[in-house]
Amino acid sequence: MNRFYVVVGVVAVVLAVAVFALLKSGGGASAAAAGPPPTVVDDGFRGYTLGSETAPVEITEYLDYECPVCATFTTIQMPTIKEQLINTGRVRWRFRDYPLPIHKYSRFAAHAVQCAGAQGKFFQMQDQLFYHHQWAQTGKDPASLFRDLARAAGVDLNAYDSCMEKGQFAARIEFSRQEGDQKLVDGTPTFFANGTKLTFRRLPGSDDFKAVVDSMIAHASRRPGRQASATH
Amino acid sequence: MRYRQAIALLALVGLFVALYLWLHALGFGGAIKCGASGGCETVQTSPWAVFLGLPVAFYGVVGYLAILIVALMALRPAALTKKSWSVTLLGLATLGVLFTGYLTYLELFVIHAICRWCVGSAVIIAAIWVVAVWGLRRNDGTTE
Repeated sequence: MNRFYVVVGVVAVVLAVAVFALLKSGGGASAAAAGPPPTVVDDGFRGYTLGSETAPVEITEYLDYECPVCATFTTIQMPTIKEQLINTGRVRWRFRDYPLPIHKYSRFAAHAVQCAGAQGKFFQMQDQLFYHHQWAQTGKDPASLFRDLARAAGVDLNAYDSCMEKGQFAARIEFSRQEGDQKLVDGTPTFFANGTKLTFRRLPGSDDFKAVVDSMIAHASRRPGRQASATH
Repeated sequence: MRYRQAIALLALVGLFVALYLWLHALGFGGAIKCGASGGCETVQTSPWAVFLGLPVAFYGVVGYLAILIVALMALRPAALTKKSWSVTLLGLATLGVLFTGYLTYLELFVIHAICRWCVGSAVIIAAIWVVAVWGLRRNDGTTE
């Protein structure tokens, strides 16, 4: 019996060391932009949008740049959504940051995209990060790679470096994350249609959004004078 | 007695697997160690990684800890002859298997991604259940 408890103790110590080593080897953050700011100020910014200002339906997406599902959604589903819903004036798509705490570089990535956005290259940089998403699988410091991607997106690197160094948009990103918390965002990507949270039984595709938008527009057209509201 | 010892050791291993996933979900450490497939990230960042407001791995920690404590208590000399401890262990293992089955269904048919750590945990809880059933059928607790 006593020998058994010795075995239990030894196994527990070995496993504890293994877990500690696994957590320790996760990598380290590299820049001020990688962390949350000491204070959060509302600068009035509510996310970059894609689509017509007069579109009857607005989809708000809370995303995390290190999240593989967000990358898959953007690269696989968004082209069809743009073609069928956004370019046709039926949907306006709003992008909000929701960096998850389990991701070491998602806040840093969101900051890189915001710095590119300050130069009018938000969507180009977003595509660079999602279409070259291998960086999120390596666990390595992506700062150097992000500069290369920013250059490929057409971003001026001097202004980009200054923006990243200052952590210029750290408060904006944290504000967006806290906004997501208030709206009970519990994972990424999470979607809202005209303010109503969308719940899907599986990861949604372009057909799911088409069904939601069709339903909302049809519902609104039956009730003249009312804004389309989410019923899905 | 050996069945209960085996359950205790399996629960100990499962506890540390769940602990790693839980600490990762809380933001400790960097990218999860999961090979190049990224399945763990997909699962861990999905909306189904949170159950009743808490990371799913937290329930694994609580479940394995409960099984470990009960198994160790069942190994006390005074408890060795009591079958009720074996029944309790089987009940806890059954709960764990059912919850794991639900999570595995989500991985396969909803999230469409497999997390190796989750598979490891599923194997461990299934093994605990088999040992618990085996121990009960062999009258563990009544013949010792």
